[in-house]
Amino acid sequence: MQNDIIFSARNISKFFGHGKKRVCAVNEVSFDIADGEIVSIVGGSGCGKSVLAKIMLGLYSPEQGSFLYKGKNITDTRDHWNEVQSVFQDPFGCFNQFFSIRTQLKDAFGILKNKPSKQEIDRRVDEALLAVNVKPADIEGKYPFELSGGQMQRMLLARIFALKPKVLIADEPTSMVDACVRANILDYLMKLKDELRMTIIFVTHDIGLAYYVSDRIFIMHEAKIVEAGPPETVTQNPQSQHTIRLLEDIPDINREWIKK
Amino acid sequence: MLKLLKNLIKEPMFVIGSFLFLTTILAGLLGPSLYSAAPDGMSYESPSATYLLGTDNLGQDYVALLLRGLQNSLFVGFMAGIIATTIGTMVGLFAGFKGGLLDDILNMFTNLFIVIPSFVVLVLVSASWPEGRSLTLIAFLIGFTTWPWTARSVRAQAASLRGRDHISLARINGASNLQIIFKHILPYLASYVFMVFIMQVASGILSESAISMIGLGPIGEGATSLGVILNTAKNNSAITYGYWWGIFPAAIVITIIVFALYLLNNSMEGVFNPRLRK
Repeated sequence: MQNDIIFSARNISKFFGHGKKRVCAVNEVSFDIADGEIVSIVGGSGCGKSVLAKIMLGLYSPEQGSFLYKGKNITDTRDHWNEVQSVFQDPFGCFNQFFSIRTQLKDAFGILKNKPSKQEIDRRVDEALLAVNVKPADIEGKYPFELSGGQMQRMLLARIFALKPKVLIADEPTSMVDACVRANILDYLMKLKDELRMTIIFVTHDIGLAYYVSDRIFIMHEAKIVEAGPPETVTQNPQSQHTIRLLEDIPDINREWIKK
Repeated sequence: MLKLLKNLIKEPMFVIGSFLFLTTILAGLLGPSLYSAAPDGMSYESPSATYLLGTDNLGQDYVALLLRGLQNSLFVGFMAGIIATTIGTMVGLFAGFKGGLLDDILNMFTNLFIVIPSFVVLVLVSASWPEGRSLTLIAFLIGFTTWPWTARSVRAQAASLRGRDHISLARINGASNLQIIFKHILPYLASYVFMVFIMQVASGILSESAISMIGLGPIGEGATSLGVILNTAKNNSAITYGYWWGIFPAAIVITIIVFALYLLNNSMEGVFNPRLRK
Protein backbone atom coordinates (compact mmCIF):
# COMPACT_ATOMS: atom_id res chain seq x y z
CA MET A 1 0.00 0.00 0.00
CA GLN A 2 2.96 2.27 0.63
CA ASN A 3 3.44 2.91 -3.09
CA ASP A 4 -0.11 4.11 -3.51
CA ILE A 5 0.79 7.32 -1.71
CA ILE A 6 2.40 9.76 -4.15
CA PHE A 7 3.07 12.67 -1.85
CA SER A 8 3.27 12.47 1.88
CA ALA A 9 3.83 15.64 3.88
CA ARG A 10 4.28 15.75 7.64
CA ASN A 11 4.37 19.14 9.34
CA ILE A 12 6.28 20.84 6.57
CA SER A 13 7.15 24.53 6.85
CA LYS A 14 8.88 26.94 4.52
CA PHE A 15 10.07 30.43 5.36
CA PHE A 16 11.35 33.31 3.31
CA GLY A 17 13.58 36.15 4.39
CA HIS A 18 15.51 36.68 7.60
CA GLY A 19 15.00 38.30 10.97
CA LYS A 20 12.00 40.58 11.31
CA LYS A 21 11.06 40.24 7.68
CA ARG A 22 10.87 36.46 7.95
CA VAL A 23 7.65 35.31 6.38
CA CYS A 24 6.15 31.89 6.82
CA ALA A 25 4.80 30.75 3.45
CA VAL A 26 3.85 27.23 4.47
CA ASN A 27 3.19 26.50 8.14
CA GLU A 28 3.16 22.98 9.58
CA VAL A 29 1.20 21.46 6.74
CA SER A 30 0.46 17.72 6.59
CA PHE A 31 -1.32 15.73 3.92
CA ASP A 32 -1.23 12.58 1.82
CA ILE A 33 -2.04 12.43 -1.87
CA ALA A 34 -2.81 9.05 -3.37
CA ASP A 35 -1.86 7.76 -6.79
CA GLY A 36 -4.36 8.73 -9.49
CA GLU A 37 -6.08 11.27 -7.29
CA ILE A 38 -7.05 14.79 -8.37
CA VAL A 39 -6.51 17.26 -5.57
CA SER A 40 -7.17 20.97 -5.71
CA ILE A 41 -5.42 23.38 -3.41
CA VAL A 42 -7.69 26.39 -3.13
CA GLY A 43 -6.94 29.66 -1.42
CA GLY A 44 -6.72 33.40 -1.81
CA SER A 45 -3.71 35.26 -3.16
CA GLY A 46 -0.60 34.95 -1.04
CA CYS A 47 -1.85 32.06 1.06
CA GLY A 48 1.17 29.94 0.18
CA LYS A 49 -0.41 27.59 -2.33
CA SER A 50 2.14 28.27 -5.07
CA VAL A 51 5.00 27.72 -2.64
CA LEU A 52 3.44 24.41 -1.64
CA ALA A 53 3.27 23.52 -5.35
CA LYS A 54 6.97 24.32 -5.75
CA ILE A 55 7.80 22.13 -2.76
CA MET A 56 5.95 19.25 -4.41
CA LEU A 57 7.88 19.93 -7.57
CA GLY A 58 11.16 19.85 -5.69
CA LEU A 59 12.15 23.41 -6.57
CA TYR A 60 11.99 24.35 -2.89
CA SER A 61 12.69 22.03 -0.05
CA PRO A 62 10.80 22.44 3.21
CA GLU A 63 12.84 23.71 6.16
CA GLN A 64 10.96 21.63 8.69
CA GLY A 65 9.05 18.40 8.59
CA SER A 66 9.34 15.56 6.14
CA PHE A 67 8.18 15.53 2.56
CA LEU A 68 8.22 12.24 0.71
CA TYR A 69 7.55 11.30 -2.89
CA LYS A 70 6.57 7.65 -3.22
CA GLY A 71 7.91 7.11 0.27
CA LYS A 72 11.33 8.62 -0.45
CA ASN A 73 12.96 12.00 -0.02
CA ILE A 74 13.43 13.97 -3.21
CA THR A 75 17.20 13.73 -3.67
CA ASP A 76 17.74 13.65 -7.41
CA THR A 77 15.61 16.39 -8.90
CA ARG A 78 16.15 15.13 -12.46
CA ASP A 79 14.67 11.80 -11.48
CA HIS A 80 11.83 13.63 -9.84
CA TRP A 81 11.05 15.79 -12.88
CA ASN A 82 11.14 12.74 -15.10
CA GLU A 83 7.83 11.85 -13.46
CA VAL A 84 6.55 15.04 -11.87
CA GLN A 85 5.93 18.02 -14.14
CA SER A 86 4.30 21.36 -13.73
CA VAL A 87 2.40 24.18 -15.37
CA PHE A 88 3.52 27.47 -13.89
CA GLN A 89 1.33 30.34 -12.97
CA ASP A 90 2.61 33.20 -15.11
CA PRO A 91 2.61 32.15 -18.77
CA PHE A 92 4.35 35.37 -19.88
CA GLY A 93 7.40 34.69 -17.74
CA CYS A 94 7.72 31.01 -18.52
CA PHE A 95 9.29 30.96 -21.93
CA ASN A 96 12.65 32.23 -23.01
CA GLN A 97 11.94 35.06 -25.40
CA PHE A 98 15.01 34.33 -27.50
CA PHE A 99 13.93 30.93 -28.77
CA SER A 100 10.90 29.89 -30.78
CA ILE A 101 8.02 28.22 -28.99
CA ARG A 102 8.42 25.01 -30.90
CA THR A 103 12.11 24.71 -30.02
CA GLN A 104 11.24 25.18 -26.39
CA LEU A 105 8.47 22.61 -26.49
CA LYS A 106 10.93 20.16 -27.97
CA ASP A 107 13.54 21.10 -25.34
CA ALA A 108 11.15 19.81 -22.71
CA PHE A 109 11.94 16.26 -23.79
CA GLY A 110 15.44 16.76 -22.41
CA ILE A 111 14.20 15.67 -19.01
CA LEU A 112 12.92 12.30 -20.12
CA LYS A 113 15.15 9.33 -19.41
CA ASN A 114 14.02 7.47 -22.51
CA LYS A 115 14.24 10.30 -24.98
CA PRO A 116 12.07 9.56 -28.01
CA SER A 117 13.41 9.89 -31.56
CA LYS A 118 13.27 13.22 -33.42
CA GLN A 119 10.25 12.21 -35.50
CA GLU A 120 8.49 10.93 -32.42
CA ILE A 121 9.12 14.23 -30.60
CA ASP A 122 7.74 16.20 -33.54
CA ARG A 123 4.70 13.99 -33.70
CA ARG A 124 4.01 14.29 -29.98
CA VAL A 125 4.42 18.08 -30.07
CA ASP A 126 1.96 18.35 -32.96
CA GLU A 127 -0.49 16.10 -31.19
CA ALA A 128 -0.21 18.13 -27.99
CA LEU A 129 -0.75 21.40 -29.87
CA LEU A 130 -3.92 20.05 -31.43
CA ALA A 131 -5.09 18.99 -27.98
CA VAL A 132 -4.97 22.60 -26.82
CA ASN A 133 -6.83 23.86 -29.93
CA VAL A 134 -3.78 25.32 -31.64
CA LYS A 135 -2.87 24.41 -35.18
CA PRO A 136 0.85 23.56 -35.29
CA ALA A 137 1.23 25.80 -38.36
CA ASP A 138 -0.04 28.78 -36.35
CA ILE A 139 2.91 28.80 -34.00
CA GLU A 140 5.53 27.74 -36.54
CA GLY A 141 8.48 30.10 -36.18
CA LYS A 142 6.66 32.18 -33.55
CA TYR A 143 8.38 33.61 -30.51
CA PRO A 144 6.81 33.81 -27.05
CA PHE A 145 6.23 37.58 -27.19
CA GLU A 146 4.12 37.15 -30.33
CA LEU A 147 1.47 35.13 -28.50
CA SER A 148 -1.32 36.24 -26.17
CA GLY A 149 -1.55 35.20 -22.53
CA GLY A 150 -4.15 32.59 -23.32
CA GLN A 151 -2.07 31.11 -26.12
CA MET A 152 1.01 30.98 -23.91
CA GLN A 153 -0.92 29.18 -21.24
CA ARG A 154 -2.02 26.67 -23.85
CA MET A 155 1.64 26.21 -24.84
CA LEU A 156 2.47 25.38 -21.23
CA LEU A 157 -0.31 22.80 -21.24
CA ALA A 158 0.81 21.49 -24.61
CA ARG A 159 4.18 20.89 -23.01
CA ILE A 160 2.51 18.65 -20.45
CA PHE A 161 0.42 16.86 -23.07
CA ALA A 162 3.59 16.14 -25.02
CA LEU A 163 5.61 14.96 -22.01
CA LYS A 164 2.80 12.89 -20.44
CA PRO A 165 4.16 12.94 -16.87
CA LYS A 166 2.97 10.65 -14.07
CA VAL A 167 2.18 13.56 -11.79
CA LEU A 168 1.07 17.02 -12.84
CA ILE A 169 1.19 20.06 -10.62
CA ALA A 170 -0.84 22.75 -12.33
CA ASP A 171 -0.66 26.25 -10.87
CA GLU A 172 -3.63 28.23 -12.21
CA PRO A 173 -3.43 26.39 -15.53
CA THR A 174 -6.46 27.97 -17.16
CA SER A 175 -6.60 31.45 -15.65
CA MET A 176 -6.11 33.20 -18.99
CA VAL A 177 -8.12 31.17 -21.47
CA ASP A 178 -11.80 31.62 -22.28
CA ALA A 179 -14.44 29.31 -20.84
CA CYS A 180 -14.84 27.28 -24.01
CA VAL A 181 -11.13 26.49 -24.37
CA ARG A 182 -10.96 25.83 -20.66
CA ALA A 183 -13.63 23.16 -20.93
CA ASN A 184 -11.75 21.57 -23.84
CA ILE A 185 -8.46 21.59 -21.97
CA LEU A 186 -9.96 20.13 -18.82
CA ASP A 187 -11.68 17.51 -20.91
CA TYR A 188 -8.39 16.52 -22.52
CA LEU A 189 -6.60 16.54 -19.17
CA MET A 190 -9.20 14.16 -17.79
CA LYS A 191 -8.79 11.89 -20.80
CA LEU A 192 -5.03 11.90 -20.32
CA LYS A 193 -5.49 11.23 -16.63
CA ASP A 194 -7.60 8.14 -17.34
CA GLU A 195 -5.17 6.94 -19.97
CA LEU A 196 -2.02 7.36 -17.86
CA ARG A 197 -3.52 7.11 -14.37
CA MET A 198 -2.01 10.53 -13.83
CA THR A 199 -2.12 12.25 -10.47
CA ILE A 200 -3.10 15.90 -10.81
CA ILE A 201 -2.72 18.65 -8.28
CA PHE A 202 -4.53 21.83 -9.20
CA VAL A 203 -3.53 25.02 -7.49
CA THR A 204 -6.25 27.58 -7.96
CA HIS A 205 -8.27 30.33 -6.36
CA ASP A 206 -11.35 29.17 -8.26
CA ILE A 207 -13.31 26.93 -5.94
CA GLY A 208 -15.88 26.38 -8.71
CA LEU A 209 -13.29 24.77 -10.99
CA ALA A 210 -11.97 22.78 -8.04
CA TYR A 211 -15.44 21.48 -7.30
CA TYR A 212 -15.96 20.14 -10.81
CA VAL A 213 -12.65 18.35 -11.31
CA SER A 214 -11.34 17.24 -7.94
CA ASP A 215 -11.52 14.13 -5.81
CA ARG A 216 -10.47 16.16 -2.83
CA ILE A 217 -10.11 19.85 -2.05
CA PHE A 218 -7.61 21.42 0.33
CA ILE A 219 -8.51 24.91 1.46
CA MET A 220 -5.47 26.98 2.35
CA HIS A 221 -5.44 30.15 4.37
CA GLU A 222 -2.42 32.04 5.71
CA ALA A 223 0.07 29.22 5.12
CA LYS A 224 -2.10 26.50 6.68
CA ILE A 225 -4.50 23.94 5.28
CA VAL A 226 -7.67 24.88 7.10
CA GLU A 227 -9.98 22.32 5.58
CA ALA A 228 -9.65 19.19 3.47
CA GLY A 229 -12.17 16.78 2.11
CA PRO A 230 -14.22 15.64 -0.89
CA PRO A 231 -15.69 18.51 -2.91
CA GLU A 232 -19.28 17.83 -1.87
CA THR A 233 -18.46 17.95 1.82
CA VAL A 234 -16.29 21.03 1.48
CA THR A 235 -18.77 23.00 -0.56
CA GLN A 236 -22.03 21.89 1.03
CA ASN A 237 -20.99 21.54 4.61
CA PRO A 238 -18.00 23.83 5.10
CA GLN A 239 -16.47 23.83 8.54
CA SER A 240 -13.93 26.61 8.33
CA GLN A 241 -15.01 30.25 8.07
CA HIS A 242 -12.40 30.75 5.34
CA THR A 243 -14.10 28.12 3.20
CA ILE A 244 -17.44 29.80 3.78
CA ARG A 245 -15.98 33.12 2.65
CA LEU A 246 -14.46 31.59 -0.47
CA LEU A 247 -17.82 30.03 -1.33
CA GLU A 248 -19.72 33.23 -0.69
CA ASP A 249 -17.47 35.19 -2.97
CA ILE A 250 -18.18 33.14 -6.08
CA PRO A 251 -19.93 35.49 -8.49
CA ASP A 252 -23.42 34.32 -9.37
CA ILE A 253 -25.50 35.81 -12.16
CA ASN A 254 -28.73 35.55 -10.19
CA ARG A 255 -27.43 37.07 -7.02
CA GLU A 256 -26.23 40.49 -6.03
CA TRP A 257 -22.50 40.00 -5.68
CA ILE A 258 -20.95 43.28 -4.68
CA LYS A 259 -22.97 44.87 -1.93
CA LYS A 260 -23.77 48.45 -2.77
CA MET B 1 17.22 42.58 -35.00
CA LEU B 2 16.35 44.75 -37.99
CA LYS B 3 13.79 46.64 -35.92
CA LEU B 4 16.44 47.32 -33.32
CA LEU B 5 18.70 48.82 -35.96
CA LYS B 6 15.84 50.95 -37.28
CA ASN B 7 15.18 52.29 -33.80
CA LEU B 8 18.87 53.02 -33.35
CA ILE B 9 19.12 54.91 -36.60
CA LYS B 10 16.28 57.19 -35.52
CA GLU B 11 18.45 58.31 -32.63
CA PRO B 12 20.63 61.29 -33.67
CA MET B 13 23.11 60.54 -30.89
CA PHE B 14 23.64 57.09 -32.33
CA VAL B 15 24.16 58.40 -35.85
CA ILE B 16 26.74 60.96 -34.76
CA GLY B 17 28.40 58.50 -32.39
CA SER B 18 28.67 55.72 -34.92
CA PHE B 19 29.87 58.10 -37.63
CA LEU B 20 32.68 59.38 -35.40
CA PHE B 21 33.48 55.90 -34.22
CA LEU B 22 33.58 54.33 -37.67
CA THR B 23 35.74 57.20 -38.94
CA THR B 24 38.27 56.69 -36.16
CA ILE B 25 38.22 52.92 -36.64
CA LEU B 26 38.80 53.27 -40.37
CA ALA B 27 41.54 55.83 -39.82
CA GLY B 28 43.17 53.57 -37.27
CA LEU B 29 42.89 50.40 -39.32
CA LEU B 30 43.72 51.68 -42.79
CA GLY B 31 45.49 54.97 -42.06
CA PRO B 32 48.97 53.65 -41.29
CA SER B 33 49.10 51.56 -44.48
CA LEU B 34 47.47 54.16 -46.77
CA TYR B 35 49.24 57.29 -45.67
CA SER B 36 52.92 57.41 -46.55
CA ALA B 37 54.69 59.68 -44.12
CA ALA B 38 56.65 62.63 -45.41
CA PRO B 39 60.41 62.15 -45.02
CA ASP B 40 61.88 63.19 -41.69
CA GLY B 41 62.44 66.89 -41.29
CA MET B 42 63.80 69.14 -38.59
CA SER B 43 62.82 68.84 -34.93
CA TYR B 44 59.43 70.42 -34.21
CA GLU B 45 58.72 72.01 -37.56
CA SER B 46 55.42 73.87 -37.43
CA PRO B 47 52.48 72.68 -39.57
CA SER B 48 53.01 73.30 -43.28
CA ALA B 49 52.00 71.84 -46.65
CA THR B 50 54.54 68.99 -46.30
CA TYR B 51 53.86 68.32 -42.63
CA LEU B 52 50.15 68.95 -42.12
CA LEU B 53 50.50 68.72 -38.36
CA GLY B 54 54.17 69.51 -38.06
CA THR B 55 56.92 67.19 -36.82
CA ASP B 56 58.00 65.83 -33.46
CA ASN B 57 61.32 66.05 -31.67
CA LEU B 58 62.89 63.56 -34.09
CA GLY B 59 61.43 65.33 -37.10
CA GLN B 60 58.84 62.61 -37.76
CA ASP B 61 55.60 63.49 -39.52
CA TYR B 62 52.87 63.94 -36.87
CA VAL B 63 50.03 62.80 -39.13
CA ALA B 64 51.72 59.42 -39.58
CA LEU B 65 52.46 59.21 -35.86
CA LEU B 66 48.87 60.01 -34.95
CA LEU B 67 47.48 57.36 -37.31
CA ARG B 68 49.85 54.75 -35.91
CA GLY B 69 49.07 55.89 -32.36
CA LEU B 70 45.34 55.71 -33.03
CA GLN B 71 45.71 52.16 -34.29
CA ASN B 72 47.66 51.10 -31.23
CA SER B 73 45.36 52.88 -28.79
CA LEU B 74 42.32 51.23 -30.35
CA PHE B 75 44.06 47.87 -30.15
CA VAL B 76 44.80 48.33 -26.46
CA GLY B 77 41.29 49.65 -25.78
CA PHE B 78 39.52 46.79 -27.53
CA MET B 79 41.74 44.13 -26.09
CA ALA B 80 41.38 45.50 -22.57
CA GLY B 81 37.63 45.80 -23.14
CA ILE B 82 37.30 42.22 -24.32
CA ILE B 83 39.33 40.89 -21.40
CA ALA B 84 37.56 42.95 -18.75
CA THR B 85 34.09 42.27 -20.13
CA THR B 86 34.70 38.53 -20.47
CA ILE B 87 36.08 38.11 -16.97
CA GLY B 88 33.48 40.40 -15.43
CA THR B 89 30.57 38.75 -17.22
CA MET B 90 31.66 35.21 -16.40
CA VAL B 91 32.31 35.97 -12.73
CA GLY B 92 29.02 37.87 -12.48
CA LEU B 93 26.96 35.20 -14.22
CA PHE B 94 28.25 32.34 -12.11
CA ALA B 95 28.08 34.26 -8.85
CA GLY B 96 24.59 35.55 -9.53
CA PHE B 97 23.14 32.30 -10.79
CA LYS B 98 24.77 29.88 -8.39
CA GLY B 99 24.41 31.94 -5.24
CA GLY B 100 25.52 30.46 -1.92
CA LEU B 101 29.16 29.74 -1.22
CA LEU B 102 30.41 30.27 -4.78
CA ASP B 103 28.69 33.66 -4.82
CA ASP B 104 30.34 34.58 -1.51
CA ILE B 105 33.79 33.58 -2.74
CA LEU B 106 33.47 35.32 -6.11
CA ASN B 107 32.03 38.37 -4.40
CA MET B 108 34.94 38.49 -2.02
CA PHE B 109 37.34 38.43 -4.95
CA THR B 110 35.40 41.13 -6.76
CA ASN B 111 35.34 43.36 -3.70
CA LEU B 112 39.02 42.76 -3.15
CA PHE B 113 39.74 43.99 -6.67
CA ILE B 114 37.41 46.96 -6.20
CA VAL B 115 39.09 48.19 -3.01
CA ILE B 116 42.57 47.89 -4.49
CA PRO B 117 42.91 51.07 -6.55
CA SER B 118 43.41 49.62 -10.01
CA PHE B 119 45.41 52.57 -11.30
CA VAL B 120 48.02 52.08 -8.59
CA VAL B 121 48.32 48.40 -9.52
CA LEU B 122 48.63 49.39 -13.15
CA VAL B 123 51.43 51.85 -12.36
CA LEU B 124 53.26 49.49 -10.01
CA VAL B 125 53.17 46.51 -12.33
CA SER B 126 54.19 48.43 -15.41
CA ALA B 127 56.94 50.22 -13.49
CA SER B 128 58.36 46.96 -12.17
CA TRP B 129 58.04 44.96 -15.37
CA PRO B 130 61.59 43.75 -16.09
CA GLU B 131 62.05 44.47 -19.78
CA GLY B 132 60.07 46.05 -22.58
CA ARG B 133 56.35 46.61 -22.12
CA SER B 134 54.42 45.58 -25.21
CA LEU B 135 50.99 46.89 -26.15
CA THR B 136 49.52 43.48 -25.37
CA LEU B 137 50.96 43.55 -21.87
CA ILE B 138 49.45 46.97 -21.19
CA ALA B 139 46.09 45.78 -22.56
CA PHE B 140 46.17 42.70 -20.31
CA LEU B 141 47.07 44.80 -17.27
CA ILE B 142 44.17 47.16 -17.91
CA GLY B 143 41.78 44.30 -18.61
CA PHE B 144 42.72 42.42 -15.46
CA THR B 145 42.26 45.47 -13.24
CA THR B 146 38.98 46.87 -14.55
CA TRP B 147 36.62 43.86 -14.59
CA PRO B 148 35.19 44.09 -11.04
CA TRP B 149 32.48 46.66 -11.77
CA THR B 150 31.21 44.63 -14.67
CA ALA B 151 31.15 41.55 -12.45
CA ARG B 152 29.13 43.39 -9.84
CA SER B 153 26.44 44.68 -12.11
CA VAL B 154 26.16 41.45 -14.11
CA ARG B 155 25.91 39.52 -10.86
CA ALA B 156 23.03 41.69 -9.66
CA GLN B 157 21.13 41.19 -12.89
CA ALA B 158 21.79 37.45 -13.07
CA ALA B 159 20.60 37.08 -9.47
CA SER B 160 17.36 38.85 -10.28
CA LEU B 161 16.77 36.53 -13.24
CA ARG B 162 17.47 33.41 -11.21
CA GLY B 163 14.05 33.34 -9.60
CA ARG B 164 12.12 33.83 -12.84
CA ASP B 165 9.72 31.20 -14.05
CA HIS B 166 11.51 30.60 -17.33
CA ILE B 167 14.56 29.47 -15.36
CA SER B 168 12.41 27.10 -13.32
CA LEU B 169 10.89 25.80 -16.53
CA ALA B 170 14.34 25.29 -18.04
CA ARG B 171 15.30 23.35 -14.93
CA ILE B 172 12.31 21.04 -15.08
CA ASN B 173 13.09 20.65 -18.78
CA GLY B 174 16.32 19.09 -17.63
CA ALA B 175 18.70 21.86 -18.71
CA SER B 176 22.14 21.77 -17.09
CA ASN B 177 23.47 24.73 -15.15
CA LEU B 178 25.76 25.74 -18.01
CA GLN B 179 22.87 25.58 -20.47
CA ILE B 180 20.76 27.73 -18.17
CA ILE B 181 23.53 30.30 -17.78
CA PHE B 182 24.33 30.57 -21.48
CA LYS B 183 20.89 29.97 -23.03
CA HIS B 184 18.49 31.39 -20.50
CA ILE B 185 20.38 34.11 -18.64
CA LEU B 186 23.12 35.50 -20.89
CA PRO B 187 20.79 36.43 -23.81
CA TYR B 188 18.71 38.52 -21.41
CA LEU B 189 21.82 40.41 -20.38
CA ALA B 190 23.41 40.60 -23.83
CA SER B 191 22.42 44.18 -24.59
CA TYR B 192 23.64 45.26 -21.19
CA VAL B 193 26.92 43.40 -21.56
CA PHE B 194 27.44 44.98 -24.96
CA MET B 195 27.01 48.45 -23.50
CA VAL B 196 29.39 47.62 -20.69
CA PHE B 197 31.88 46.45 -23.30
CA ILE B 198 31.73 49.81 -25.08
CA MET B 199 32.40 51.61 -21.81
CA GLN B 200 35.28 49.25 -21.05
CA VAL B 201 36.85 50.02 -24.43
CA ALA B 202 36.55 53.75 -23.73
CA SER B 203 38.05 53.44 -20.27
CA GLY B 204 40.73 51.14 -21.65
CA ILE B 205 41.82 53.82 -24.12
CA LEU B 206 41.78 56.44 -21.37
CA SER B 207 43.73 54.27 -18.92
CA GLU B 208 46.33 53.52 -21.54
CA SER B 209 46.76 57.23 -22.31
CA ALA B 210 47.00 57.99 -18.61
CA ILE B 211 49.77 55.51 -17.82
CA SER B 212 51.59 56.36 -21.04
CA MET B 213 51.38 60.03 -20.16
CA ILE B 214 53.29 59.41 -16.94
CA GLY B 215 55.84 57.38 -18.85
CA LEU B 216 54.76 53.85 -17.96
CA GLY B 217 53.10 52.98 -21.24
CA PRO B 218 54.25 50.61 -23.94
CA ILE B 219 57.85 50.93 -25.05
CA GLY B 220 59.60 49.48 -28.05
CA GLU B 221 59.66 49.72 -31.81
CA GLY B 222 56.29 50.73 -33.26
CA ALA B 223 54.59 50.88 -29.86
CA THR B 224 53.55 54.49 -30.35
CA SER B 225 50.16 55.04 -28.79
CA LEU B 226 48.31 58.32 -28.44
CA GLY B 227 49.42 58.44 -24.82
CA VAL B 228 53.02 57.84 -25.81
CA ILE B 229 52.85 60.76 -28.26
CA LEU B 230 51.65 63.01 -25.44
CA ASN B 231 54.39 61.69 -23.17
CA THR B 232 57.13 62.36 -25.73
CA ALA B 233 55.83 65.88 -26.27
CA LYS B 234 55.78 66.48 -22.54
CA ASN B 235 59.31 65.12 -22.12
CA ASN B 236 60.53 67.54 -24.77
CA SER B 237 58.79 70.50 -23.13
CA ALA B 238 56.55 71.02 -26.16
CA ILE B 239 54.14 73.15 -24.16
CA THR B 240 56.82 75.42 -22.74
CA TYR B 241 58.14 76.16 -26.21
CA GLY B 242 54.66 76.59 -27.67
CA TYR B 243 54.72 73.51 -29.92
CA TRP B 244 50.94 73.11 -29.65
CA TRP B 245 50.84 70.58 -32.49
CA GLY B 246 52.68 68.14 -30.27
CA ILE B 247 49.88 68.06 -27.71
CA PHE B 248 46.52 69.13 -29.08
CA PRO B 249 45.98 66.81 -32.07
CA ALA B 250 46.66 63.68 -29.97
CA ALA B 251 44.51 64.96 -27.13
CA ILE B 252 41.68 65.78 -29.53
CA VAL B 253 41.83 62.35 -31.16
CA ILE B 254 41.55 60.66 -27.74
CA THR B 255 38.63 62.91 -26.86
CA ILE B 256 36.87 62.12 -30.14
CA ILE B 257 37.11 58.32 -29.72
CA VAL B 258 35.98 58.35 -26.12
CA PHE B 259 33.22 60.84 -26.91
CA ALA B 260 32.04 58.67 -29.80
CA LEU B 261 31.95 55.60 -27.55
CA TYR B 262 30.01 57.44 -24.87
CA LEU B 263 27.52 58.67 -27.45
CA LEU B 264 27.04 55.13 -28.74
CA ASN B 265 26.56 53.80 -25.26
CA ASN B 266 24.06 56.50 -24.32
CA SER B 267 21.98 56.15 -27.45
CA MET B 268 21.87 52.37 -27.09
CA GLU B 269 20.66 52.66 -23.55
CA GLY B 270 17.58 54.48 -24.81
CA VAL B 271 16.81 51.79 -27.37
CA PHE B 272 17.65 48.69 -25.32
CA ASN B 273 15.78 50.01 -22.32
CA PRO B 274 12.50 51.40 -23.69
CA ARG B 275 11.58 52.84 -20.31
CA LEU B 276 14.28 55.49 -20.77
CA ARG B 277 12.90 56.52 -24.16
CA LYS B 278 11.61 60.04 -24.33
